Amino acid sequence: METILSIQNLNKFYGKLHAVNNLSLHIQKGNVYGILGPNGSGKSTTLGIVLEVVNKTSGEYKWFDGNLKTHEALKKVGAIIERPNFYPFMTAQENLELVCKIKEVPYAKVDEKLELVGLLDRKNSKFRTFSLGMKQRLAIASALLNDPEILILDEPTNGLDPQGIHQIRDLIRKIASQGTTILLASHLLDEVEKVCSHVLVMRHGKMLYNGTVHGISGGTNIIELQSTDLQQLKTVVEKFMPFEKVTIEEGKLLAQTNTPIETSDLNRFLVQNQIYVNHLVKRKNSLEEQFLELTAK
Amino acid sequence: MIRLISIEFHKIWKNKANRFLIIAYFILLSFVSLFASIEFDLGSLHFRLADMGIFNFPYIWHFTTYNADFITFFLGVIIISMITNEYTYGTLKQNLIDGLSKSEFIQSKALVIALLSLAATVFIFLVTLILGLIFSSYNEASIVFSGLEYILAFFIKIFFFFSLCFFLGTLLKRSAFAMGFFVVWFIAERIMYGVMKFEIFNRAEWVDTFCGYLPLTASSNLLIEPYSRLSAIHTIGNQAGINYDKDYSVHTTTVITVIIWALLFLYFSYRIIKRRDL
Repeated sequence: METILSIQNLNKFYGKLHAVNNLSLHIQKGNVYGILGPNGSGKSTTLGIVLEVVNKTSGEYKWFDGNLKTHEALKKVGAIIERPNFYPFMTAQENLELVCKIKEVPYAKVDEKLELVGLLDRKNSKFRTFSLGMKQRLAIASALLNDPEILILDEPTNGLDPQGIHQIRDLIRKIASQGTTILLASHLLDEVEKVCSHVLVMRHGKMLYNGTVHGISGGTNIIELQSTDLQQLKTVVEKFMPFEKVTIEEGKLLAQTNTPIETSDLNRFLVQNQIYVNHLVKRKNSLEEQFLELTAK
Repeated sequence: MIRLISIEFHKIWKNKANRFLIIAYFILLSFVSLFASIEFDLGSLHFRLADMGIFNFPYIWHFTTYNADFITFFLGVIIISMITNEYTYGTLKQNLIDGLSKSEFIQSKALVIALLSLAATVFIFLVTLILGLIFSSYNEASIVFSGLEYILAFFIKIFFFFSLCFFLGTLLKRSAFAMGFFVVWFIAERIMYGVMKFEIFNRAEWVDTFCGYLPLTASSNLLIEPYSRLSAIHTIGNQAGINYDKDYSVHTTTVITVIIWALLFLYFSYRIIKRRDL
């Protein structure tokens, strides 16, 4: 598999604060990565370092096969950090043309990418007249101008309204479906869960988990049940098989097990015991639950 | 290099305010001749500069460059905002992310600073040449093209001024601070000279030499005011008991000092950008 970015033992100190702590990771082509972490966990600093805007304290990173200088490699990367940064006095088109000059790609791409993000009809409007959602979409258009090998998005839906969030999420899916590698830093766990194939979890500048979204939830199955008498339900469910944990939360019975389980068997068992449920769901531990568990330590 | 110039030019030219300032600057430069109508009142004496032969070669080179240099002050605003805007808009960061290296970023700015200085210099050269050819009493090539060192001094002086503005903008990140700091710096050099010369070292000669190496003093020594050089004013001044033994020439050491400062300021700007976490 082709490696797009590899980081080896990266460290960054801000004074005494150890913002990135001996971090190593590899980004493979074709995957969609989500970077999760509480505020101040070093996500943005790490991205800033590999994008050359923050100076590392020690360690190494290399783009692609490492034969290009970082700024040359960045011409094959598309990235947006925090908020959309453009010249307010220029129009959308002029801003993108400037990026074309920097990235050395033909102007023809400008219209193509504006079309993709749905801003073609506003291309002659000045950037300062745009709403935040439009600014963010323009930023994505700009990051895509060079048809990048990897798209890096740091909190792309921050501060957007529900429509804006939805538009951005659709865009990300569309881009991902075309085979572009994506690295998405976000606090929005459902966003990552919906879009990403892999997750990296960071806390205090360290990597806590690095693997597939599926893998983070492990082998744990959770069964959600609901019936009129939860206490009675609980007693019967506990007879069915030895569960790890059976709790009642928010009007539902949650049964957790690490062994494979068929819900139809459980349902049959309940019916035999004269219990009829109005809710029965088998699910994996959600990313949110896993994330909170991981970062709480 | 063309790419870097075109990037920076794109940034400056698409800004309406900058466009206005640059055009206004060149229009003002061509009106340098209006200084000709300045009138002097020295006690009971009253005269106009225009009658003093200020359009005579080679004196006119000195006269126009000195006055044009004053107007150049307001181009400093463009240079300062050229870098401070990149901070305020967050575009410096975005430029780097898009694949411009920090050194390319500074190079593109420095190239445009040099080009702008060059354009102003060529322009003032042509304006002076035309004015002179129309009004000068002498038009032999040997006289016309003597005194061109003032044109060189003009170029170096504004290039230095732009570099300093750029450095202050880079260092302080805010236009208002940068402009304020420039004024403070200017005054500080004067005070330092005054205190050293008259309070500490008892009018020692070497204080002048030493202060001549300070950036702003050196650059202002490049072009000495040309008015007292006029023979008419000389005569009047002598009668009033003022002794004019000023040296009006452009000194090589000053030229070199100012060039070194200009390059140092650009280099410092690069170091600052290089080391800063954005």
